[in-house]
Amino acid sequence: MPKSPGLVSWKKLPIGMFILEAGNSVKFKTGDWKSMKPVLDKEKCIKCGQCWLLCPDMAYSQDEEGYYISNLNYCKGCGICASICPKGAITMVLEEV
Amino acid sequence: MGKRVAKEVSIAVADAVAQCRVDVIAAYPITPQTHIVEHLSELVNNGELDAEFVTVESEHAALSVCIGASATGVRTFTSTAAQGLLFMYECLFIASALRLPIVMVVANRSVSAPISIWNDHGDIMTMRDAGWIQTFSENGQEAVDLVYHAYRVAEKAMLPVAVNLDGFIVTHVVEPIELLDQELVDRYIPPYRPKYKLDPKNPITVGAIGVPEIYTEARKALDVALENSYRTIVQAWKDFEKISGRKYQPVETYRMEDAEVGMVIMGSLTETAMNAVDKLREEGKKVGLLRFRLWRPFPYRDFLRAIGKVKSLVVVDRALSHGSTGGPVGIEIRSALYQSNKRPKIVNFVAGLAGRDVTVEDFIEMFEKGYTYMTKKAPFFYEIYGVKE
Ligand code: SF4
Ligand code: SF4
Repeated sequence: MPKSPGLVSWKKLPIGMFILEAGNSVKFKTGDWKSMKPVLDKEKCIKCGQCWLLCPDMAYSQDEEGYYISNLNYCKGCGICASICPKGAITMVLEEV
Repeated sequence: MGKRVAKEVSIAVADAVAQCRVDVIAAYPITPQTHIVEHLSELVNNGELDAEFVTVESEHAALSVCIGASATGVRTFTSTAAQGLLFMYECLFIASALRLPIVMVVANRSVSAPISIWNDHGDIMTMRDAGWIQTFSENGQEAVDLVYHAYRVAEKAMLPVAVNLDGFIVTHVVEPIELLDQELVDRYIPPYRPKYKLDPKNPITVGAIGVPEIYTEARKALDVALENSYRTIVQAWKDFEKISGRKYQPVETYRMEDAEVGMVIMGSLTETAMNAVDKLREEGKKVGLLRFRLWRPFPYRDFLRAIGKVKSLVVVDRALSHGSTGGPVGIEIRSALYQSNKRPKIVNFVAGLAGRDVTVEDFIEMFEKGYTYMTKKAPFFYEIYGVKE
């Protein structure tokens, strides 16, 4: 068996390899690429939402208490949230595998 | 039938683009393409053409705008040359793989360094592998006709098309040109209605990542699409003949019927080479000429048919492929012949770089080389014709 057999026949691919189903990226957990993950210190957080706004992977969503929590299934570990947080509430820590 | 009117070819090409009811034009001016896009911007400015003209900051942006616009389902146009084409390079491969029917006119010009604004095919030959349909014109009328053809083909095959015309030698010449009647253009190029497009009401993803498990299949699909576009291209020329009376085919031949030495050429030098053929024919020499109008997909069957029983084939390239075994056309031809049972000697010249004149006498000399090598071993590589030692 070849190592990376094709997923779909080339004949069945939509033209231009368009993806015709909206919002399908939810199905692809790209979070395993990262080496560092953001850890939130709720004591320091003022719920300003800048991390949510600027995360390039839209990994943040608000919990019931209004804190912004990164979904590590999609977080790529870029550290933008940590560097942008005005309160220094986010620390990037090495992810254990 | 339309009327033949004397026009600068660039203007006529722009008029033809406008007749195709293009929606978005994005271009950055570069010699010798400038008059084409200037005239289009005039038409938009004067309200004669209902299109968006995006004045971009670079060619990279020009093609990117066309890619984005085309993905929303509208008809697009851009034009460039030389460094401009090179600056578009990464986007070229995206346009074809996303199957966007963008039409681009390339006013062929040599690439720097040294800086040159003059004509050869050094620019376009760099995009041989980019997945675009590519056609070459010999004169103004043909350039205009290839523009109409390009839109019809692009939107049927769902592939981008590059129409080539030689910088200055074709672009800046005033020629009697017949534009099609608008009504015929509208029939030949119906409104563009793609199956899928970027539309907020029905979101899709264009340009997604292709992991190793799918990239090969995506590229195979493009490869087959380009190969299959051959039929669409030929059919579109047949349909064009019906409305215009002008007949086009992938490979044009001139006095090849009983030729023993053939010459292969592309672009505007063909007309000079024809004169050389006529002169040699008067002396009783059996020579002929063939010209690729279609370059991608490479029309190898037409080519093999067209060469008949020639004993040697003089290939005149207008570009170098540094460090390789031939000029771009020479390499292609040797490769096409290898799996066939035809074995003419190949004599490969690179000539007419950066607009250097190639005269009737030069072509005669090249034909004579073809005769010389008919009976002896031809050189393996290529010769840069007329280089001063
Ligand atoms: S940017 Fe910092 S302070 Fe603002 S919500 Fe995010 S973690 Fe809290
Ligand atoms: S590290 Fe980057 S990807 Fe992860 S949550 Fe922060 S901003 Fe988003």
